[in-house]
Amino acid sequence: MWMLLLLPFIGLLWVPFYNFLEPALFGFPFFYWYQLAWVPISSLLIWLVYRGQPHDEAR
Amino acid sequence: MTDQIEWVALSIFIFFFLLVTVMGFVAARWKAGPVNEHLDEWGLGGRQFGTWITWFLVGGDFYTAYTVIAVPALVYAVGAYGFFALPYTIIVYPFVFAVMPLLWKVAHRAGYVTAADVVHGTYGSRALELAVALTGIVATMPYIALQLVGMGTVIKAMGLSGELPIVAAFIILALYTYSSGLRAPALIAFVKDIMIYIVVLVAVVIVPAKLGGYAAVFAAAGDAFAAKGGATGLILKPEQMLPYATLALGSAFAAFMYPHTLTGVFAARSADTIRKNAILLPAYTLLLGLIALLGYMGHAARITVATPNDVVPMLFKTLFPSWFAGFSFSAIAIGALVPAAVMSIGAANLFTRNVWKSYVNPGISHAGEAAVAKIASLVVKVGALAFILFLPVQYALDLQLLGGLWILQTFPALVFALYTRWFRAEGLLLGWAAGIGWGTWTAWSNGMKPLASLALGGESYSFFVGLGALILNIAVAAVATVIVRMMLPEGRGYCSILIFDDFTTSPQRVMSF
Repeated sequence: MWMLLLLPFIGLLWVPFYNFLEPALFGFPFFYWYQLAWVPISSLLIWLVYRGQPHDEAR
Repeated sequence: MTDQIEWVALSIFIFFFLLVTVMGFVAARWKAGPVNEHLDEWGLGGRQFGTWITWFLVGGDFYTAYTVIAVPALVYAVGAYGFFALPYTIIVYPFVFAVMPLLWKVAHRAGYVTAADVVHGTYGSRALELAVALTGIVATMPYIALQLVGMGTVIKAMGLSGELPIVAAFIILALYTYSSGLRAPALIAFVKDIMIYIVVLVAVVIVPAKLGGYAAVFAAAGDAFAAKGGATGLILKPEQMLPYATLALGSAFAAFMYPHTLTGVFAARSADTIRKNAILLPAYTLLLGLIALLGYMGHAARITVATPNDVVPMLFKTLFPSWFAGFSFSAIAIGALVPAAVMSIGAANLFTRNVWKSYVNPGISHAGEAAVAKIASLVVKVGALAFILFLPVQYALDLQLLGGLWILQTFPALVFALYTRWFRAEGLLLGWAAGIGWGTWTAWSNGMKPLASLALGGESYSFFVGLGALILNIAVAAVATVIVRMMLPEGRGYCSILIFDDFTTSPQRVMSF
């Protein structure tokens, strides 16, 4: 599960993945909406890891 | 910019400023504890902030007012390259999720208040403690000064000239931080963050609507960069890719080494509070991405500015009615107060615990610590103010850049011990010195650019100097540790059961990172 936390690093730090203008979405070039899309994806990944681990303290 | 005083905007600004001033003083009684009797109360708000308060507080001091001004300014000036703030503030959260709860546990069990406390408790080295403390204080000072720059930009946009308004605002800030401690910025952060969210959400809907939609905004910006000769553009040039990625990674590792962000972490109620915040804080990153686009909207609106820092205020003044421009400026100015307060508290905690207590008065009482920290926070703020009043703004910018690379060099000392006790204090200290020395020299000799170059096989690669310095730091620390371990095999007089305890309770966490 913890490996999921590495995905944002790979997806965002390897710039050749996303250094394009097309395809655009709602007027945003790919470069921009791809990176913005990683914001909710990263939250989701962290949540998945969080859910899968024991909660070691109530406080 | 015009010197005409914008009375409507100014009135709204003054209203909100008075509101947060009252809140700042009242905050001392919020979730009340004995503010003057223990540094935990003044400097960490009683270590009781739950998920939402932490969200507003860390969001409020990590995404600073200066960010709201500077990121769009950078995007306006250099295009896609300026966007590195977005990947930076995304990848920081998996890191926060994995590391900061462990750090919180160590601090919580032993009652540590600062990063240098943790380092001293772990390695028992006064020298390493002092290195971490001084790095934190020195890196934070220019950062506070930049918050003043951000505030000054919007005050100027309302037509007020001279330095008196900033001085007055800062003295008021200093007074309620003195009396209420961390509770003041924590309470004000609610107002600040809600205002900023409103401003940005309105701006990213209204502004493109007035300018013909996002496609038109990007097209206008693309044309502007092409007209400037095409050295930068809407996507990265091949030679910008490595600097982009290394700036994002290095900044992400540095972000939570700063005293102000760590103060937010240590003030949390539980480790789980921090984990939940790693999931929830990216909402601010979405906001930051949209704020960055204001730079392109500046091109689409064809505004002309004296310096890129004026892009956001000028855009708001041009496209918004004056009452909403005033509201926006208030949001940015209040946005400067929260991080400035938390930064001065973080620096004051370091001074009190790791300089004053370690070297001047080891027998200091809890109440004495609180008293010293309160005075130190005043001194730090006056220092930042003097910096802005008497030195060129460029110095603050340069020093803040160097501060980012300096604070990153405390990473091995603070974080490695959460996972391994192999490193020795002597090695870490030497690595810290090597990283700071090489990084500072390289940035300095490149005319204060944050990039270093390496020639490999005929090709030259540029990368973020802070990350290069961190790699050198770790390499030196490892080599020196090997040597020290050979000379003093039994070494390590100090115990750190606290850290080992974490290994035994959660081995899987240690394995995976």
